Amino acid sequence: MTFPHRHLLGIEQLRPSEITTILDLAEDYVALNRGTKKHSDVLAGLTQINMFFENSTRTQASFELAGKRMGADVMNMAMQASSVKKGETLIDTALTLNAMHPDLLVVRHPHSGAVDLLAQKVNCAVLNAGDGRHEHPTQALLDALTIRRAKGRLHRLSIAICGDIAHSRVARSNIMLLGKMENRIRLIGPPTLMPSGIEEFGVEVFDDMNEGLKDVDVVMMLRLQKERMDGGFIPSEREYYHRFGLDAKKLAHAKPDAIVMHPGPMNRGVEIDGDIADDINRSVIQEQVEMGVAVRMAAMDLLARDLKGRA
Amino acid sequence: MMQSKRTLFINARLVDPKAKTETFGSLLVENGVILKVIHDDGVDNEDAQMVVDCGGKYLAPGIVDIGVKVCEPGERHKESFRTAGQAAAAGGVTTMVTRPDTDPTIDNPESLEFVIRRAREVAPVHVHPMAALTKGRMGREMTEIGFLLDAGAVAFTDCDSVITDTKVFSRALTYARSLGALVIAHPQEPVLSHGAAATSGKFASLRGLPAVSAMAERMGLDRDIALIEMTGARYHADQITTSRALPALERAKANGLDITAGTSIHHLTLNALDVADYRTFFKIKPPLREEEDRIAVVEAVASGLIDIISSMHTPQDEESKRLPFEEAASGAVALETFLPAAMRLVHADMIDLPTLWRAMSYNPAKRLGLPQGRLSEGAPADLVIFDPNAPFVMDRATLKSKSRNTPFDGQRMQGKVIATYVSGNKVFGI
Repeated sequence: MTFPHRHLLGIEQLRPSEITTILDLAEDYVALNRGTKKHSDVLAGLTQINMFFENSTRTQASFELAGKRMGADVMNMAMQASSVKKGETLIDTALTLNAMHPDLLVVRHPHSGAVDLLAQKVNCAVLNAGDGRHEHPTQALLDALTIRRAKGRLHRLSIAICGDIAHSRVARSNIMLLGKMENRIRLIGPPTLMPSGIEEFGVEVFDDMNEGLKDVDVVMMLRLQKERMDGGFIPSEREYYHRFGLDAKKLAHAKPDAIVMHPGPMNRGVEIDGDIADDINRSVIQEQVEMGVAVRMAAMDLLARDLKGRA
Repeated sequence: MMQSKRTLFINARLVDPKAKTETFGSLLVENGVILKVIHDDGVDNEDAQMVVDCGGKYLAPGIVDIGVKVCEPGERHKESFRTAGQAAAAGGVTTMVTRPDTDPTIDNPESLEFVIRRAREVAPVHVHPMAALTKGRMGREMTEIGFLLDAGAVAFTDCDSVITDTKVFSRALTYARSLGALVIAHPQEPVLSHGAAATSGKFASLRGLPAVSAMAERMGLDRDIALIEMTGARYHADQITTSRALPALERAKANGLDITAGTSIHHLTLNALDVADYRTFFKIKPPLREEEDRIAVVEAVASGLIDIISSMHTPQDEESKRLPFEEAASGAVALETFLPAAMRLVHADMIDLPTLWRAMSYNPAKRLGLPQGRLSEGAPADLVIFDPNAPFVMDRATLKSKSRNTPFDGQRMQGKVIATYVSGNKVFGI
């Protein structure tokens, strides 16, 4: 199995067959992670640096665990606290790190395109852990794996993505991935949180949950950032919950076996009702977290094969 | 100014932007002015001391470029009067009308005099400075418009900083009108466009860039039109870049307001998709638009609704551009690519050459009350000889500007300047 990419910067660059390759390999890692000896040596001797220019607990922990389980030497750098505050540019930071010869660089940055820029300046493999509102490819991949395992397939499904689409990199990567795999995508949210021109991406847009959720197989909820709740984009938290929060009544419009997903962290009572999030028959939110580690292991494994191939 | 020899330019395709004609003939120049325009090929020596054979290429009045940023004072490492002047000469720009958005702002007669002195010392082309309309371009207090006019300011502008306080703006317009001063503004609704790095649409959504609706330009223009109707001021919109702003402009002109409009060469030749993978050399202000807007704006130049094309030359060093797209500085250098980029419109049959040239020479000169931009007897001998067909691949390393942030790097272009003359003296030649 070869993977013809040096970096994992986005879903946009991936072909459907490559997406399947990553997901298939991730299945192996799911099995490994569920065993008692959660360890392999595929990244032994390699150095992985996690550079997070934006706060993250879950994604960073997931990448860290993925690297450690595969034997890499993992270092975390909280970039908000370091040189960025001293005025160093992104490229200088990248060059400094590059001089330390990392093999895998996992980067999250608040600005769209920043990870692409960084990837042009370093010699190692770069994994995008989220750039601005642009892409979050490993999140889309873990969502895809979760859906495939729950539904038995990753095509011809009707999938609703609900909430703050405009500011969401998760939504963009998912729209691209699920579109490439030939699913029907419905976007649901208030028009103030819908990016302009989004209809041209081959999706259906709704501003009514009951209508949008009709007969869908998968309901993906997005997190609503606190700073967007106070009248700027939506009138209030409670009106948002009333119109766009996922509760049992709204979910009843979806197919009876529809699954509920959320990239976390959740705002219970804002975008999702607590009971739904905890309903083991509907919610696959915990499974998403599990798949996250496996997918990241698969992605790093594939990129490392390329590294070894070039060595 | 050095007195020039009696020079005869022969064998030329003469572009007269005022008459909108293109004829074969010769041109006699003496003492920095055009002495005679000869519209045939029967060449008589005319007692010339020097004869320049144009080899059948085009001879036109030099480009008059409103809105050039020379980063002096403040950021001389990006561009100086010397390098900007050399770039202008190489690009066929014989008059640079400079922007006051330097550091510090050109907002008092003393700093304006510095600009004029520096330009006179080192720039090989004519330089006419603009001054800020409000102090520090802060939009709060008007500048000494009278003193600045006396010191040589040809227009007043806060550049891309929009005066949000309409009371301040209306008073500045009223005061400027009493002195006959031209005010140049950036039509843009500043709150709606705050923080935007791209134009709203499919591309900005795909790339996840903060974007502004093209409508913000029309809102800004509508407001400004209401203010000039109220004050009677002489007004020029620096860049109209969207189709939605055009009907408002057309109505304002039809209503007899003293309004003209410009656009930038980049908005005429590039669109939002050119940004591709976050290429920051394509980040300009206002941001590049959709292709439909580009075409509408080219048509507006062809019809004369948009009067003036500018390079909006904005030097930025590598450090200001090698950043994530949102953080990167806006602007592109354009003095040297202005002519070949403009020729794309001619080669695409979207506009004829004399009409295009009118928007690059006669119209801006006329709007500023300058004698340039004409190919007639008594006009200044600011001339450019060029070949609109000569092909080349743009290599930014060859630019004379100190900053080389051109979006055309590596692109195939057509149109080369062969020689440039200012007041009859050759300032550039290949």
